[in-house]
Amino acid sequence: MATELLGWWGVPLGIVAGTLRGSVPFLLVSLGECLTEKSGKINLGLEGTLLMGAMSAYAISYLSSGLVGPALAPWLGVLAAGAAGMMLGAIHGWLSQQPRVNDVAVGIAMIIFGSGLANFLGKPFIQPQAPQLPTLSLGGWSDLPQVQSALLISPLFLLGVAIVPLMSWFFKSTRWGLYVRAVGDSPDAAKAMGISIFGVRMASIVAGSFLAGIGGASLSLFYPGVWTERISSGQGLMAVALVIFARWQPWQCLWASLLFGGAQSLGPAFQSVGIDSYYYLFNAAPYILTLVIMIITCSPKRTLAGAPGGLGQDS
Amino acid sequence: MASMTTWRRSLEAVALPVGAVLVAFVIFGIFCALAGANPLAVYGSIYKAAFGSWSAWQNTLIRAAPLMLTALCTALPARLGLVIIGNEGALVMGGLAAVLTGLALGPSLPGGLALVAMALASLVAGGLWIMLAGALRHYRGVNETISSLLLNYIAIALMNQLVQGPLRDPAFVSKPSSYEIVETAWLGTLPATRIHWGLIYGLVASALAYILIQRTTFGFAARTAGGNVRAARIAGLPVGKLTLAVCFLAGSCAGLAGMVEVAAVQKRLNESIVSSYGYAGILVAFVARHNPLATVLVSVMLGGILAAGGILQRSHNLPDATVLVFQGIVFLCVLYSDSLYGRLPIFQERSERPGSAVAAS
Repeated sequence: MATELLGWWGVPLGIVAGTLRGSVPFLLVSLGECLTEKSGKINLGLEGTLLMGAMSAYAISYLSSGLVGPALAPWLGVLAAGAAGMMLGAIHGWLSQQPRVNDVAVGIAMIIFGSGLANFLGKPFIQPQAPQLPTLSLGGWSDLPQVQSALLISPLFLLGVAIVPLMSWFFKSTRWGLYVRAVGDSPDAAKAMGISIFGVRMASIVAGSFLAGIGGASLSLFYPGVWTERISSGQGLMAVALVIFARWQPWQCLWASLLFGGAQSLGPAFQSVGIDSYYYLFNAAPYILTLVIMIITCSPKRTLAGAPGGLGQDS
Repeated sequence: MASMTTWRRSLEAVALPVGAVLVAFVIFGIFCALAGANPLAVYGSIYKAAFGSWSAWQNTLIRAAPLMLTALCTALPARLGLVIIGNEGALVMGGLAAVLTGLALGPSLPGGLALVAMALASLVAGGLWIMLAGALRHYRGVNETISSLLLNYIAIALMNQLVQGPLRDPAFVSKPSSYEIVETAWLGTLPATRIHWGLIYGLVASALAYILIQRTTFGFAARTAGGNVRAARIAGLPVGKLTLAVCFLAGSCAGLAGMVEVAAVQKRLNESIVSSYGYAGILVAFVARHNPLATVLVSVMLGGILAAGGILQRSHNLPDATVLVFQGIVFLCVLYSDSLYGRLPIFQERSERPGSAVAAS
């Protein structure tokens, strides 16, 4: 239908629609990871957090819709997703700060544990339909239903966009933002200032995991809007690479998330106009893009501009 | 005195991981109890399905074989200080190379030679795949963990593209798959068992890896570079060449696992080659503390747990993700136990009572 009316215009429209939908989890997870990495720890486990968030949001939205009505239920789901994220974040934050424990290895363990737990607890929720989050329509000016449906925006996207300037201001102008940056850039100096490294990192990881959990909620309650065991497909891990690409700047996380969301919609958009011979390779576009970006931006000679000084060093 | 110290050290190196696994069993038991299953009955079922009979042992060993190979993909680079998690991608590339070789050769070669060609192709394909991650690390400073992870997804997409397109067998309808490899190129079973030769591949690869790392100059150089890159450079060690060589060997092990899966189990290439062996191999490597002999034992243990996945669903009504939860708990406990090295007083040399130590030794 859409392609018959719009012809080749379906491709850019599909990419815009896919960007607006697909960038939401990237944006929230990358902001969470940005906060975590600013404090000097890497959390690869956000992939598991994303799945756990998606499952909790869907399950709570489904279970509570009878009690509080289908309007409020998805918002309870979002809160539950954030809480589930914080729980996993607390495990990661505590374990990755033990002596001689590698935060990358803990991240992989948390991916296995988080996705296992999500699939275990989420088994009964694969079939039923949970109430979804409302959407805001920005396409009212157009008569074409395709344009209208393409410009439906999730409130979680707006939430993510609102967090971007807040987080930027937090890092630049607040005392706590300075603490986080000090712990991440120079743990010794932070210790001399009397800041608790453990406490600041713990808080950053838990808060970052909260955002990643909400990113999971956007997967199951907005787009694609279902709960399946393979819903995250590596997006949580790609968000980690995205933060490197964004040079640990919240504003650049926003642009990078839009770029990744767009790259992800290439495959379906080309398929909609009949080009499906390279469907799977187009689907791999975000991964190839991440790799190419890392090859271009990294260098063995110098540390990356903007990288927290203490990142990846064992405590 | 000295022997007493090493004795305590070895005891510590064995007791801590074993203790961690025991603690993981307790946590998993609590988890099962919360999920409404009797923990003791679950342990019993796991033991019975994994090691309870010769038939169960065979199921376990069939699953352990690819794990031994994929575990080396993480364990070898770890000696160089690299965290490689591209096991799944290297396995897929190895399987793809094996199928392409098998289909291209057809029945033209006698079975033994066709298998050798397929194995070589999978070794090279998997090796180059991980060597790419190592090269990016050395020449561009790209984080090898993330690049090898991205390569997993790229390998799977490449395989799907080929299986859906040029390689697709239209006669096989249940899921998009490649043509079947000829029967002469199937990997046979060990005499009087259902276990395929992949187990021997895994054992031989693990033994070779152990000798290479612990008993050769090459291994010594790799371990030195892994301990302190700057010191290794000053000592004149070719860190770049070492990185490339170790990554190639690591990837070729996982690639061989792909060939084994294709030639002995699946017989054709489709998405079911993307099983849990890649990520479970990472777990095996970390639990075994990257020791190629310990990976064999841990692979057999984990192979048993994987073999028990079905029975948990059938007789305890637990979802198949239970096995994943258990793996996660074991992994987390073992990682925590790493932080206890040198912190538990039992394993420390008791300097205040030297007399008793001498008497005991």
